[in-house]
Amino acid sequence: MPGTMHTIVALVEDKPGVLNRISSKWRQRGFNIESLAVGHSEVPGLSRMTFVVDASTNDVEQVTKQLYKVIDVVKITDITHEAMITREMALIKVRATRDVRSQIIEIVDIFRANIVDANPESIIIEVTGDEEKVGAIYEMLSPYGIMEMVRTGRVAMVRGGAVTAPLDGPVEGHGHTPRPHIGPYQGD
Amino acid sequence: MKLSGAQIVCESLLREGIEHVFGYPGGANLPLYDALPQYPQLKHVLVRHEQAAAHAADAYARVTGKAGVCFATSGPGATNLVTGIANAWMDSVPMVAITGQVVKALIGRDGFQEADITGITIPITKHNWLVLRAEEIADTIAEAFHIANSGRPGPVLVDIPRDVFQEQVEFHYPENVDIKGYKPTTEGHPAQIKKAAQLIADSKRPLILAGHGVIISRAFQELKEVAEKANIPVITTLLGLSGFPGSHPLYLGMPGMHGMYWNNILIDEADLIIGVGMRFDDRVTGRLKDFAPNAKIIHIDIDPAEIGKNVKTAVPIIGDVKQVLRELVAEMKPGRHDEWISHTHDLRDDHPSITIPDTDRVLPQFVIKSIYEATAGEGYVITGVGQHQMWAAQYYWNDKPNSFITSGGLGTMGFEVPAAMGAQFAAPNDVVWSICGDAGFQMTLQELATIVEYELPIKFAIINNGYAGMVRQWQELFYKKNIVASRMFNPDFVKLAEAFGVLGMRVNDKAQVKGAIDVAMRHPGPVVIDFQVDEEENVYPMVPPGASLAETVDLPKLEERLKV
Repeated sequence: MPGTMHTIVALVEDKPGVLNRISSKWRQRGFNIESLAVGHSEVPGLSRMTFVVDASTNDVEQVTKQLYKVIDVVKITDITHEAMITREMALIKVRATRDVRSQIIEIVDIFRANIVDANPESIIIEVTGDEEKVGAIYEMLSPYGIMEMVRTGRVAMVRGGAVTAPLDGPVEGHGHTPRPHIGPYQGD
Repeated sequence: MKLSGAQIVCESLLREGIEHVFGYPGGANLPLYDALPQYPQLKHVLVRHEQAAAHAADAYARVTGKAGVCFATSGPGATNLVTGIANAWMDSVPMVAITGQVVKALIGRDGFQEADITGITIPITKHNWLVLRAEEIADTIAEAFHIANSGRPGPVLVDIPRDVFQEQVEFHYPENVDIKGYKPTTEGHPAQIKKAAQLIADSKRPLILAGHGVIISRAFQELKEVAEKANIPVITTLLGLSGFPGSHPLYLGMPGMHGMYWNNILIDEADLIIGVGMRFDDRVTGRLKDFAPNAKIIHIDIDPAEIGKNVKTAVPIIGDVKQVLRELVAEMKPGRHDEWISHTHDLRDDHPSITIPDTDRVLPQFVIKSIYEATAGEGYVITGVGQHQMWAAQYYWNDKPNSFITSGGLGTMGFEVPAAMGAQFAAPNDVVWSICGDAGFQMTLQELATIVEYELPIKFAIINNGYAGMVRQWQELFYKKNIVASRMFNPDFVKLAEAFGVLGMRVNDKAQVKGAIDVAMRHPGPVVIDFQVDEEENVYPMVPPGASLAETVDLPKLEERLKV
């Protein structure tokens, strides 16, 4: 079946191994994760993950149901077909000698990106936007020589008052207990 | 008062009502074994290999309906459980595995007997935990039992480092368990149930396909009421066997790869399939795109992920089978399907899938049917995997609910020996027959020692055809008779039994079959009977791999079967 890029948002318990449990399900069902972003949510002890996967709607529905079975997954929603805001951030290190520096700065301005580091040979540009925008600035900068790039992966949120992958029921912040120390081995 | 982590494990198990634990000690779980004598109510069964502990806990759970428990040490002890955990996972059996782990400081440093067992078992458990503080043991075990037993049951694993077993902390057992991401739906949606009742009322050729879910939720009565009220024939999957009375006039036996010919044809003709607590496994459906081409499908299951996984469903109902059927029967109008039912009778008469030819040879089907008749459908039958399993599934039409225990989804050869052990512990007053393959028996026969030690009067019937028979059958039918690595060099099973202190018998004459079974039934202890059966008998009917149910190959004529 022809695939499309699906954006899936999951609210998960912030516990060791949760990423492993979730990515294991994707792997088991033969999906390649195109991008993944994880971070704390508005509820202490819960994280929100944004996945982008290339798959048919039916396949995504099946995996989403499988992911629901992961005990640490509190809520999971496919928001592909909802009005949503998506963003990712990239840091791009570009070769920027004196003669081309002003041209690069012009490009940075056009994309409303920022220069966050500079030295005589190169600069680092921070750009935030959807994938197309990050892709476009990358294209524009390529002729100058891109030395390095890192991208965060997509984060997404539905527009309007609805909460993306909401926590049903009362929100109880449960405290985060630090994990006991593992290693180094002192003999026993 | 402070207790050690090990004591907390034992206290927690007692609070969960656990009486038997199957296990094996080793370095990392020694503190747990050190505490065991303080809890004589917790009876520990020392197996001879950890795989057997998991299979025994599995069968114990299937008989009692509550999670079985197994213990193993770290590293190889834990990895030996893996097959048994995977088996329970595939067949939705509740199990709590408690493994020892190397001390906290050694974790991740390739310590002696270290294995990342929580990592290894992620895909085959409902959930697992590495417990790094003794304070967390009680809560974790309470969650473990809650998750294993509720919703769609399944195995869980709790991994505890040796030094956590030794920590001294206060013990409080939680009264309630509340897990944010785990709220199984048990009640069917009323609108869906109404729709299902309407589809049933509109159907001319309905069939019920009942699976393991009926047994797991103990919905025997409810299933009978639904079938009788609307006069619907009932087919049970391999794991659904004994979910519906074998002698019931609406009962039709098993479908699928080695199911009854008539069932496969009926599924092809049906206009409505009601899947009850089953998952449309490939062994049931045959070629998926041609499965039940004329039928709408109602699918009742507690696991939402099963809906639409394999077949398109007209009416999905997510919920506990027992509750949903109870609500469904109240919604249904009484109905008759006399023409359809009489058609099922005609098909059965025309295609005798389970007729045993009249011959002096010792046919495996004859042996299995004789055991079934001798037990009058009472007690439990346990099987391994392969030809003997399929024959047992074909010839056991027992009425006793939940009396047929087999490895379905994973297809684990060797299940038959330790599973019989677990079943006998769970049902000490019932006769337990283990129908074994000669190949599978040799995978786990070390447990005869355990069986003798604990005086379990299990009757083992080895259906000995000198082959890994199903492998031989496939090689014969689909690999141009290129018989490779399926011929079994077998030991003398009688002497072997005697070496363990088990009564051993050999039967190679049809006239001795019933007598030997009779002797076994009257013998107070365990028995191994080596039934040396016809070597080349194949299991029929058969849906060739990749074929549709409509292409089922029926039982060949007697002359063809015995011309070898």
